[in-house]
Amino acid sequence: MSVWRQLTRGLRVLTRRADADREVADEVEHFLEHDAAEREAAGLTPEAARRAAQLEYGNRTQMREEVRSAGWENVPASVAADVRYAARRLRRSPGFTAVAVMTLALGLGACTAIFSAVYPILFEPLPYPEPGRIEMIWDSNGGERADVTFHTCREVAERNHSFAATAAADAPLWQPTLTSAGDTHPERLDGQRVTADYFRVLGVRVAIGRDFAASDDVLNGPKVVILSDALWRRRFGADPGIVGRQIILDGELWTVIGILPRGFDNVISAAARIWRPMQYDTAQAANFSTREWGHHLVMVGRLRAGVTEEMAGRDLNEIARNPRGEFPRPPWADLKLGFIASPLQVEITRTVRPALLAIVGAVLLVLAIACVNVTNLLLARGVQRQGEMAVRVALGAARGRLVRQLLTESLLLAGAGGALGLVVAQFAVGTLVAIAPVDLPRAGAIAVNGAVFAFALGVTTLIGLAVGVVPAMHATRSDVQTRMRQVSRHAIGGHQLTRRVLVVAEVSLALVLLVGAGLLLRSLGLLLAIPPGFHPDHVLTMQVQESGHKFDAAEVQYQFFERAREAAERVPGVTAAAFTSQLPLSGDIDGYGVEFQNDPNPGDDGSVFRYAVSPSYFETMGIPLVRGRLLNAHDTAGSARVVVISQSLAERKFPGRDALGQELRLGSGVGKKDEPWATIVGVVGNVKQLSLAFGNTDAVYMTPRQWYWVDNPMSLVIRTSGDAAALAPAVRRAIWSVDKDQPIVRVATMDEMVANSEAQRRFALLIFEAFAVVALALAAIGIYGVISGGVTERAREIGVRAALGATRSGIAALVLRQGLALTGIAVVVGLAGAMAASEALASLLYGVSRLDAATYFGVAGLLLGVSAIACWAPAWRAARIDPAVTLRSE
Amino acid sequence: MDDSNTDVIQGTLDMLILKTLSLEPMHGFGIARRVGQISRGVFKVNPGSLLTALERLERAGWVDSEWRQTENSRRAKFYTLTRGGRKQLEVETEQWMRRAGAIARLLKAEG
Repeated sequence: MSVWRQLTRGLRVLTRRADADREVADEVEHFLEHDAAEREAAGLTPEAARRAAQLEYGNRTQMREEVRSAGWENVPASVAADVRYAARRLRRSPGFTAVAVMTLALGLGACTAIFSAVYPILFEPLPYPEPGRIEMIWDSNGGERADVTFHTCREVAERNHSFAATAAADAPLWQPTLTSAGDTHPERLDGQRVTADYFRVLGVRVAIGRDFAASDDVLNGPKVVILSDALWRRRFGADPGIVGRQIILDGELWTVIGILPRGFDNVISAAARIWRPMQYDTAQAANFSTREWGHHLVMVGRLRAGVTEEMAGRDLNEIARNPRGEFPRPPWADLKLGFIASPLQVEITRTVRPALLAIVGAVLLVLAIACVNVTNLLLARGVQRQGEMAVRVALGAARGRLVRQLLTESLLLAGAGGALGLVVAQFAVGTLVAIAPVDLPRAGAIAVNGAVFAFALGVTTLIGLAVGVVPAMHATRSDVQTRMRQVSRHAIGGHQLTRRVLVVAEVSLALVLLVGAGLLLRSLGLLLAIPPGFHPDHVLTMQVQESGHKFDAAEVQYQFFERAREAAERVPGVTAAAFTSQLPLSGDIDGYGVEFQNDPNPGDDGSVFRYAVSPSYFETMGIPLVRGRLLNAHDTAGSARVVVISQSLAERKFPGRDALGQELRLGSGVGKKDEPWATIVGVVGNVKQLSLAFGNTDAVYMTPRQWYWVDNPMSLVIRTSGDAAALAPAVRRAIWSVDKDQPIVRVATMDEMVANSEAQRRFALLIFEAFAVVALALAAIGIYGVISGGVTERAREIGVRAALGATRSGIAALVLRQGLALTGIAVVVGLAGAMAASEALASLLYGVSRLDAATYFGVAGLLLGVSAIACWAPAWRAARIDPAVTLRSE
Repeated sequence: MDDSNTDVIQGTLDMLILKTLSLEPMHGFGIARRVGQISRGVFKVNPGSLLTALERLERAGWVDSEWRQTENSRRAKFYTLTRGGRKQLEVETEQWMRRAGAIARLLKAEG
C-alpha cells in the first residue's frame, strides 16, 4: 500500500510538475491566509499580521521549496542543482580547474597507457592453454643464447624425457609470393617454416581442416600450408571451401590444409600469416656442411605433466654432456656448454623486460606526483573556501548538504579529469605502439586496458573525495562564530605545513624521474658516439631474397644477386653497391667456429662473425683496410680460398705477429682434414655487428663464391651521393628490372639501422623524458601554489614588515628563500631516493655509473632553477604589497 | 519569544499530526493551530515542516487528503486519518509513553 502510494504520488509529481507545484503553492497560500486572518482577529493590522507571519515562518518560496523537495522524485533535481552549482564554482576558478583536470588527465592517461602496453607483454599469460608449460630451448654459446641447429633439435626431440612434444621454427621468415587468378598484384606473405608438432606444442588447434602431420614434415614431402585467420579472411573471403584447394606460392601449387583460429597470436614470430612444414633432411646428420647444421632455428617444447622447469633443465644438460654415436655433432654445435631453457613468456620478453619495468616505475612516479599535486590543489582551495563554508553554515546550511556539494565538486573534477585522461590514454597507447621497438613482442595485443583505467580513476577520485570534504568538515565541526572570526583574520597554519610536506614529496619524486631521464640520456649519447666501424651516412640498405624454383641452381642465384647489384649501381645518384650475407646493427647474427693452422693455443676461439660479401662491400660501407688487400673479383669458386679478417681477431690470435699469410678454416670446414685452408690476405677495421655496446667484433669476410652455400636473403648496401632514403624506389625498380618477382624487405638507411639498434634505450629514454617534463611542470606548479598561497595568507605579516621598513628586495628575498628552502629539502630527499631507484635502471645504462655525479648535480641544479622561477611571481607580488592597504583591510 | 519552545521535538511531529487528525479531518492550518492551542503555545509548527510531514504521512498511507470547501467557503486540502494511521498512532503513542515513563523514572531517581 505505502510503496504503491510512494510510487504513484512520486510519478504524479514528476509527470504533472506544474499541477503539483500549484497544489503546494495553494496549500501554503491557504495556510498563510488563515494565519493572517487569525492574527487580524487578535487585533493586528493586516500589514502587521503579514510581517509577524513572515518573521515566524520565513518567506513563502522557502516554504514551498521545503515541501517540494521532500519526495524521492526530487532527488535527481537536487543532484542536478548540485552539479550545476559545482560546475559554476569550477568555472569561476578556471586556473585551479584547468590545472587539476590536466594533472588528473596526465596522471591517469600516462598510467593507463603504460599499464595497457605492459600488461599483455609482461603479465598477461600467453594466449595458449597452460602457457607456463611451454619452454624455449637455446644452444648455449658462451653463456649467450644461440639459435639451435636442426640436428640438435632432432637429438633433443628423440632423447629427452621431459617434453610431451617439441618443435622448431625458422628464425628468419619464409616469405613466399602469393599469386592468384585474376589478381594482378602478387603479394609477398610473411610466413614461417615449422616442424610438424609446432602448433601442438603451443596447444593451438586449427579451426578448419587439419594440423600438420609427421608425414607432411619429411624431405620432399607434400606442399601443404596452414593459413592464419586474418589471411584467410582477407585473401580468400573466409571461404571454408579453400581447405583442400591449391594456391600458387612462388609459382608452385600448394595445398591449403588448415585455417588457424581467429584469436591465434603467434608470439614467436608475430608477423607470420602462413606456415609450411620444415621438411629438412633427417638422414644426412654426418654431413656437417648442410643447412641442417646451421644455427638458425628456434626450439620450443611443451613440458610433460609433473615435469618442472628445473627437471627439464637437468634432463637437457644430461643430453648435452653425453653425446651418442647415432647423433654426431660438429664443433660449432657440440653442446659443450649445454642448453638454456626457460618459459616462452620469459624468453620472448627477456630483451624488453628491463626497459618496460623501468617505464612502469616511471609511470608510478608520475601518478604519485599527480595525486600529490591534486591533493595540494584541493587543500589550498579548501583553505580559501573556509570563509565561504563558515558563512553558509551561519546561514543555516546543513552539514550533510555542504558535504554533498563538495563531493559533487570533487566528483565532477575527477569525472572531467577521467574523461580527458581516457583521451590522453587512447592517444598515448597509439603513440607507444608507434614508437615501440620493432622487436616488442605482443604489440598487437596492446589496447587501452579498461580495468587499469578504472583502477587509476578510482584512486584519484578517492583522493579527490577525501581531500575535497576536508573544508566542509572543518567548517561544520567547530563553532561557527569562532571559525568566521578566525577566517577573517588569517588562515590556518596546519594546512601550510601539510602542503609543504606534500610539495617536498612531489619535488623529490620529480627529481627521481629527472635523474632517470638524465642517466638514460647520457647513456644514449655515449652509445651513439661509439664509432660503428663504418660510415653509416649516405648508405641505403635493403634485404633482397631470391624466391621460387627458378633459382634452385646455386650459379643462377649468384647471377641474380650480381645482376641486381649491377642494376642498383647504375641508378643515378648511387656511387657504389655491394651485397653482404649479414648487415651490421640490423639484428642479423651469423657466427661460426673457427680454427687456425699452426695455432699455438687452439680451442678457445669461440665464435666469429662471418660475412659473405661482394668485393666492393668495404668501400661501400667505408670500412678501412688496415693491412694487406681487400677481396676482389678474382677470388671466385675456382681460385685459392682467401679471407679478410677484422683487426680485433688479428690482434687476438696473432699478437705481435703478422696475420697476413696465416691460414684458417671456418664453419663446416672446421676439423675436416680434406678441406682446404683459407689464407688471410687482409685485415680491416672492427665493425660493431650486434650492437654499439656489444664488444665482440671478431669477423671473417669472404666472397660468396668461396663459401659453402648461397646465402639467402642477402642485404644490399648502397652508397649514395645525395639523400639515401630518396633513392629507395629507384633502386627497388632497378632490382625488379632484373626479376620482378623477388621480395625486397627491410628497406632502411644505415643511419636508421644504427639508431634502431638502440631502440630499447631510446624507447625508455623517450618515455622518461616525457614523464620527467610532466613531473617538472607539476613540481613547479606545486611550488608556485604553496609559495603563492603562503604570500596571500601572510599578506598582513608582510604588510607589517613593509611598514616597519623592510625593503621590497628584502621581502622578495624572504619569499624566494622560503621557496628555495623547500626545494632544497626536496632535493636532498630526492637525491637519496634517486640513488636507491637508479638500481632499477642499471641494465639500461651504458658508460655511466647509475650514481653518476654530474647527472645528479645537473638535475638538482635544474630543479633549483625551476623552483626559483616558480617562486619569482609570488615573491614579486609580496614585494609589491602595500602596507597601508593590507593593514587597513584587517 | 523564548527560543527553546518554538520547535516541535524532533521525531514527534508525525505523532502530533496523527493525534490531531484522530479527533476530526482537518486542513494544514487547522492542524498547526490545534497543536499550538493544545500545547498551550509550547509547540509552534512551521508550515514548511508541517506540509512536508503531511506529504510523507500520506505517502506512507496513514492519512488521506481531499480538496474541500472550508466553513468560510474557500477551497482547502483536508486530511483524514486512515485505518493504518490509527494503528500507527497507537504504536507511536505506546512507544512514546514507554520512553517518557522511563525518562521520568530516571530523572526521579537522580533527584
